[in-house]
Amino acid sequence: MPGEKILLLGVNHKTTPIEIREKMALSDGYEEPLTALKKIPGCRECYLLSTCNRVELLVVVEPHVEVEEEIITFLFGARVSPEECRQYLYIHYDEDAVHHLFMVAASLDSMVVGEAQILGQLKEAYRYAAQFDCTGPLLNKFLHKSFSVAKRVRTETGIGSSAVSISYAAVQLAEKIFGNLRGKKVMLIGAGEMAELAAEHLVGQGVASVVVANRTLERALDLAKKFNGSAVSMDELVQQLEQVDIVISSTGATGLIIHKQDVKSVMRARRNKPIFFIDIAVPRDLDPKLIDIDNVYLYDIDDLSSVVEINKYERDKEAVKAVRIVDEETLKFRKWYQGMAVTPTIRDLRAKVDAISRLELDRSLARMPHVNGADRKALEKMVGAISSRILHDPLNYLKSESCTGRDNSDMKVEIIRSLFRLDNGDDGK
Amino acid sequence: MNEISDLLFLSVLGVTFIAGAAYLVFFFSQNIQVRKIARMILVVSGILQTLYIVSRYMLVGHTPITSQHEAVVFFAWSTTWAYLSFRWRYTVKNFGTLVTILIFSLLLISSVSSRDITPLVPALQSWWLPVHAGVSIIAYGFLSLAFCGGIMYLLQERELKSKRFGYFFSRFPSLESLDQLNSHCLTTGFVFLTLGIVTGSIWARQAWGTYWQWDPKETWSLITWFIYLVQIHQRFTVGWRGKRGAVMAIVGFAAVIFTLWGVTYLLGGAHSYAG
Repeated sequence: MPGEKILLLGVNHKTTPIEIREKMALSDGYEEPLTALKKIPGCRECYLLSTCNRVELLVVVEPHVEVEEEIITFLFGARVSPEECRQYLYIHYDEDAVHHLFMVAASLDSMVVGEAQILGQLKEAYRYAAQFDCTGPLLNKFLHKSFSVAKRVRTETGIGSSAVSISYAAVQLAEKIFGNLRGKKVMLIGAGEMAELAAEHLVGQGVASVVVANRTLERALDLAKKFNGSAVSMDELVQQLEQVDIVISSTGATGLIIHKQDVKSVMRARRNKPIFFIDIAVPRDLDPKLIDIDNVYLYDIDDLSSVVEINKYERDKEAVKAVRIVDEETLKFRKWYQGMAVTPTIRDLRAKVDAISRLELDRSLARMPHVNGADRKALEKMVGAISSRILHDPLNYLKSESCTGRDNSDMKVEIIRSLFRLDNGDDGK
Repeated sequence: MNEISDLLFLSVLGVTFIAGAAYLVFFFSQNIQVRKIARMILVVSGILQTLYIVSRYMLVGHTPITSQHEAVVFFAWSTTWAYLSFRWRYTVKNFGTLVTILIFSLLLISSVSSRDITPLVPALQSWWLPVHAGVSIIAYGFLSLAFCGGIMYLLQERELKSKRFGYFFSRFPSLESLDQLNSHCLTTGFVFLTLGIVTGSIWARQAWGTYWQWDPKETWSLITWFIYLVQIHQRFTVGWRGKRGAVMAIVGFAAVIFTLWGVTYLLGGAHSYAG
């Protein structure tokens, strides 16, 4: 694959404010964007990851084709000007892209370093990409490698041991407010995945009951069933506030859905029992002024990430170790990747065949002391000619242009390398 | 007897200091083993305090609660045992550290005040003395726990509200457990405080012929009592809990301290004795 490029392009919680991410979050699943992406000319393999903290695209680009601009327009649509996009976007090529993906997979680039959710999200995204036939040999290898790097980081460092995801942070805070969560009631507003996950954590801590409020009652009922809870309509929200202790809101509403006045009015009926609001919606669902009310605690997604900072120091030490592993694996991958190129393959193949003929020739000559200078030369020439003739076809096959016009040299390299066992096993296989 | 008593007091100071130091070590290291040791030392300190009070009783010939020194030692003693009894029922993370420091401070204050023995004024020579003064000071013990809990509550609440988590955040207990502590100690303390005032009033009737004579100490006890009454009433009716409860516990304790010392030094009256 001479000149072929791996291109990684994306935005995450560090580079891009929520307002921009909101505009591009691909909430309607992977199918549509993946098929659109595949159609971009010059894009040979592609993969897309979309989580609430990042949107990342991985593309294997045909040699000498520029697709950057097109992909940026694809990502942001017409809603954001290209100049503005570049300001938020990070673009990595080849080795940097490899390093970045490994960092992401190992959860070193997460908002909550060490959290385990990202690997699952990565795998899911890969499943979609494979399902829609977007990945090829290079990305397959690349992504699988990233999973194993993540696994290695997890087992060899302590990064996951104190790892806390956002939902874990929410549980930690709830415990600081309520002590024991046994007997507490949780309300989910909106039936998003993130809320579901947080609720799962809370239920794991012994929360008594779960109430789900959602715009469509059907989805609310589904989710409520999962937690053995009950479903309510959005109109009953304020009324429910009298009963519940923990509220997790994650609707897609554009405006606020609970105002300060709503909560203030129920505090008396609650007899000032503390209430803990967690707002993981973007844009926010809950009035930031709620925090001014006594015994009301409000955390939005950014606050939660700062909670996680508390045990950051210990994890930082582990992170150094983890980054070393990622560096190491990036180097290994580069070696493999370079090996994938045609030229080194030709070189390796020649070297191997030459070495074999040299060895056999020397052996035979050792048993034939009577062979003198001129005969010896002729024999060497013959062996050389045989190996060249044998190599002729495989090399031609490697160098040939494919008839479909699509460059599938990486596949051919793969075939040749495994046929002649050219890989010395340093990529773990 | 005098030497034994002095020796006991010194050992009380020493052991409590070690308990406080051990609790501080626990606070910073969060090593459970250290906490166990610290608690053991505090129990030893409690026992020594009891022995000291007994020795003092034998020395002075009446319940040792009339001089400034004796009253404060008694205060420390009741705080210690109130804490240990509370500890037996609930665990509140790292509460022991603050309480032990308070106990040690009280003992330190008592160590600088005069340990001279003054004969009991005739008016106080009654078996009402241990009942009235003892009950009142046991109330102070519980109320001082509520005070410690209140301070921790305010610190913890501030961290939770401001969302900036400092050193104390992970070391302090949950708000709910502090609030529970507050409620428990206030109610217990309030019952004893009421008993103290009632017994005092009965005793006053016997000694001075009148139930109530608006002596400054009596007045301030009543003010303190009202502060706690309002607080408890509000807690059980409209739910004054959390921050407001914590603030009230601190205000109430300030009134307690003023009744104990402020009145004696600033206002005088029938309750000002040798101190």
